[in-house]
Amino acid sequence: MSPERIGVYVCHCGSNIAATVDVEEVALWASEELGDRGVVVARDYQFMCSSLGQELIEADIKEQGLTRVVVAACSPHLHERTFRTACKRAGLNPFLCELVSIREQVSWVHTDRAAATEKAMAVVSGGVERVTLHQPLEPLHVPIHPATLIVGGGIAGIQAALEIADSGYPVYLVEREPSIGGHMAQFDKTFPTLDCSACILTPKMVDVGGHPNVTLLTWSEVERVDGYVGSFTVTVRKKARYVDESVCTGCGICTEKCPVRVLDNTYEAGLGYRKAVYRPFAQAVPKYPVIDRENCTYFQRGKCKACQLFCPTHPKAIDFEQKDEILQFQVGNIILATGYDLFDCRRIPQYGYARLANVFTSLEFERLCNAAGPTGGKIVLRDGVTEPATVGIIHCVGSRDHNYNPYCSNICCMQSLKFGHLVKERTGAEVFNFYIDIRTAFKDYDEFYQRVLEDGVHFVRGRVAEVTDAARLPGEEGKLIIQVEDTLLGKQRRIPVDMVVLSAALQPRQDSTEVAYTFGIACSANGWFIEKHPKLDPVATMTEGIFIAGACQGPKDIPASVAQGAAAAARVLGRIHQKELALEPVRASIIAERCSGCRICNNLCPFNAISYDTARMITEINPALCQGCGTCVAACPSGAITGTQFSNEQVLAQLYGLLLLNVSSGPVQQPQPALVPA
Amino acid sequence: MSAKYGYYPGCSLERNAIAYHQSAVAVAPVLDIEFVELDDWNCCGATEYIAIDVLPAYALVARNLAIASRQKLSGGNQNQVVAPCSACFLNLSKVDKYMSDAPRLAANVNTALAAGGLSYKPGSVRVRHLLDIVVNDVGYDAIAAKVQKPLYGLRIAPYYGCLIVRPGFQGAFDDPEYPMSLDRLMGTLGTTVVDFPVKAHCCGGHMTQISEQVALELIRQLLQNAAEYEADAIVTLCPMCQLNLDGYQEAVNRHYGTKYHIPILYFTQLMGLAFGLPAATLGFGKEFVDAAAALNKIGVQPPPKPKKERAGKEALPMPEMAAGGLSHES
Ligand SMILES: Cc1cc2nc3c(=O)[nH]c(=O)nc-3n(C[C@H](O)[C@H](O)[C@H](O)COP(=O)(O)OP(=O)(O)OC[C@H]3O[C@@H](n4cnc5c(N)ncnc54)[C@H](O)[C@@H]3O)c2cc1C
Repeated sequence: MSPERIGVYVCHCGSNIAATVDVEEVALWASEELGDRGVVVARDYQFMCSSLGQELIEADIKEQGLTRVVVAACSPHLHERTFRTACKRAGLNPFLCELVSIREQVSWVHTDRAAATEKAMAVVSGGVERVTLHQPLEPLHVPIHPATLIVGGGIAGIQAALEIADSGYPVYLVEREPSIGGHMAQFDKTFPTLDCSACILTPKMVDVGGHPNVTLLTWSEVERVDGYVGSFTVTVRKKARYVDESVCTGCGICTEKCPVRVLDNTYEAGLGYRKAVYRPFAQAVPKYPVIDRENCTYFQRGKCKACQLFCPTHPKAIDFEQKDEILQFQVGNIILATGYDLFDCRRIPQYGYARLANVFTSLEFERLCNAAGPTGGKIVLRDGVTEPATVGIIHCVGSRDHNYNPYCSNICCMQSLKFGHLVKERTGAEVFNFYIDIRTAFKDYDEFYQRVLEDGVHFVRGRVAEVTDAARLPGEEGKLIIQVEDTLLGKQRRIPVDMVVLSAALQPRQDSTEVAYTFGIACSANGWFIEKHPKLDPVATMTEGIFIAGACQGPKDIPASVAQGAAAAARVLGRIHQKELALEPVRASIIAERCSGCRICNNLCPFNAISYDTARMITEINPALCQGCGTCVAACPSGAITGTQFSNEQVLAQLYGLLLLNVSSGPVQQPQPALVPA
Repeated sequence: MSAKYGYYPGCSLERNAIAYHQSAVAVAPVLDIEFVELDDWNCCGATEYIAIDVLPAYALVARNLAIASRQKLSGGNQNQVVAPCSACFLNLSKVDKYMSDAPRLAANVNTALAAGGLSYKPGSVRVRHLLDIVVNDVGYDAIAAKVQKPLYGLRIAPYYGCLIVRPGFQGAFDDPEYPMSLDRLMGTLGTTVVDFPVKAHCCGGHMTQISEQVALELIRQLLQNAAEYEADAIVTLCPMCQLNLDGYQEAVNRHYGTKYHIPILYFTQLMGLAFGLPAATLGFGKEFVDAAAALNKIGVQPPPKPKKERAGKEALPMPEMAAGGLSHES
């Protein structure tokens, strides 16, 4: 006879469960048959999750002195919290309530009513056995440090930084390049409104740069993150700039005098040059230049120092002796906004990039259009002078293609339309867009498409087979010929053009998996950071205290990146205001006597919660980092790790309960508590 | 110890493509590979037979695979068979793949094979094209080490045809749209490799028999492009491609009033020359379009680097090729 007093509550979920499972029968059976296992009351109700349903449970707890509750309803993902909270209101420890699923695991997946009803009984029986072994648990309370780390100073990171800093809390913004701004700083105009990119971006950059609550660390990278939500310790390497920021006025004379010209593969997308001491662009924030050691004559050959010689400040701002600095600080939350890389178009050799001079990538084309770019905003061929008379824009280069990336890169349709418009506006050339589908799904986007159609831009539906300079027909000599099946005409076409622009896919940063590892979050198979829930929790991650925003989570445009930056900031601010956070007590712990120190579990933890204590030669689990996923519990060969709420005893008891019905005719052995792998 | 491969010459290499056979056999020992010709091999059915009756067509090809799977070769438990002809390569790989994917087909084919006391377990033979083995098993560095007479000054258009990298039944060994392995191989031999954008386009195949007009146009496009790049020769790896470009070059000239004179050679022939083997052992002289003039151009000194056309002051930088990629004529 069980010492517990257990209540069982069977939900109809309207007809979701009741149509397939005889819920009244299940409740009746539980009250009649499970009495000797502690069930003192069993009820069915139409919607257990409704207020009335919850009140039913609360009343029973109080009036009948229940010590355990089993709710048979939907998946714990949906309503576990609801029922735990109801128990708590009635004075029962919330972890003494077990939610078993008879919807996702029974009614939705079966059609035979009698069998489904029997299975529901087994599931309830399992829950009863399990809940008997539950322990009252108390959540862990951790204080929240009010500072926030933001990694990546693109538009998403900038937005998040401003939201938090404006609310009065400190922000560390870490950017690996010499200036913040991200990709947006490279563009000339932005769709769909064609605002000048710099005009809308630079005010925000300036705000961040001068904000009293923002510590801006550019030319820096996060090397380590220790600790857990509420109190992370962050280690940042601030690379030597070789420029003393406390002296430099940003006058730019050093850059002017530097004799070394370097191809700029980052900001100019390989289409322009910079100096070895440089500021990526005029409006860079901060205004201080950096010396690129690899290309600096002084660092490579020990002579030159022209920049220092001409530096007008006293003392000189150029400091060749500067060393990398390692900074350490505390933050309560972290937002990652590391953005994307552009697909390498050389991977599709039949499109001719890097082989045929007048094939450009989308980012190169942005630089061509930009008034501050290498051509001063003139759209010209690789020779730097000739205006094209025809331009072909190829969509989905590296996107929606199982050879490269299966996904849609989201922005390229609009970006291609923008390019078409800019070509028309500035050159009057004929423009052909080669597309698979036109995707202009957001506010004012389709209107922009209509406008570009009216501009007279041509659209050819079909995936381009190749771009070639092998002329075949009259009129093709000296041109780039785009070979394509026009799927609307049902015909092969060869369209000669002067310039080809490849609208390349957005890809995860090439180091995204390492960055994810540093911060203990997960990447999808493609390499994008994974959000906690794709619909309901898009900026949180499975790791408490780490949020993501912008294109690092998946391809997205500026409006969406800004929205996510602000959303992540709101989440963080909510946390900071709580001052302390209650963590679910469901987590793994080590039974020290059983741990052999084999370290098998050490690298499995997706949340970096496991560390090895070299002195005691055993593994330890940080309870604040552990999210209770159970991976280590399953992996431990000596059964030295138990999960609260998922102990071997609890799981075996549940199995015992599940099987009880089927084996009830024969003698049933109680599970052996020590049934763990040797 | 030399690597042993089953060798499936196919019918062409006994007749029109004998130069390919002779030169392949001649360069093999230099590369430290041994070809073990399959006993009593038979025709692969080319492209026609499959269109007539599927089961006998598959059984015909599978008979060769069955023979190959019985032979003792190096390579562990999966016998490797080299097919120098692209059509044979395609047919052998295709039948192996289809038999793996369709157990009923495999069973039917094996019933047919049983009549001859044979059977074939799909996947037990790995079919390789000769070029694949040369560039991937032997490798560019090993080949470079064997080059005694670099083919300096010879301008080569590398031509792959359509079959060897598509559809890649057993995993394509090169990019299906813009392969580069033959380009790199030719560069290794010292030739000047021209960019040949039509390198994986169709040679017309058997269209010469069905619709000569279509075939001639396809052949013309290839010759025209090679001529535009001032190639001294087109290098092939397929007897069909060689035959069409070589044997029909005169017909193209007559039909279009052109004057192309571009010899069509096998890559193994040029390898042999670069390795210092006597030309007589490499099957030269069997081509319709005489290669003598082109071969006379081979110099002892590497040609001077072509003067980069001086880009104007305003010119924008050209993106670099990916690492490992070959930039042509540099
Ligand atoms: C050709 C082209 C044209 C486009 N045009 C438009 C347009 O007109 N309108 C529009 O809405 N969208 C446009 N987009 C999309 C736009 O670029 C993105 O929506 C936007 O840049 C995403 O911002 P982000 O901050 O998430 O990422 P990013 O702009 O990529 O910024 C990320 C920042 O993080 C930094 N970073 C990365 N990794 C680290 C690290 N480990 N540590 C520190 N810092 C790091 C980077 O240096 C960078 O500064 C275009 C995209 C392309 C390719």
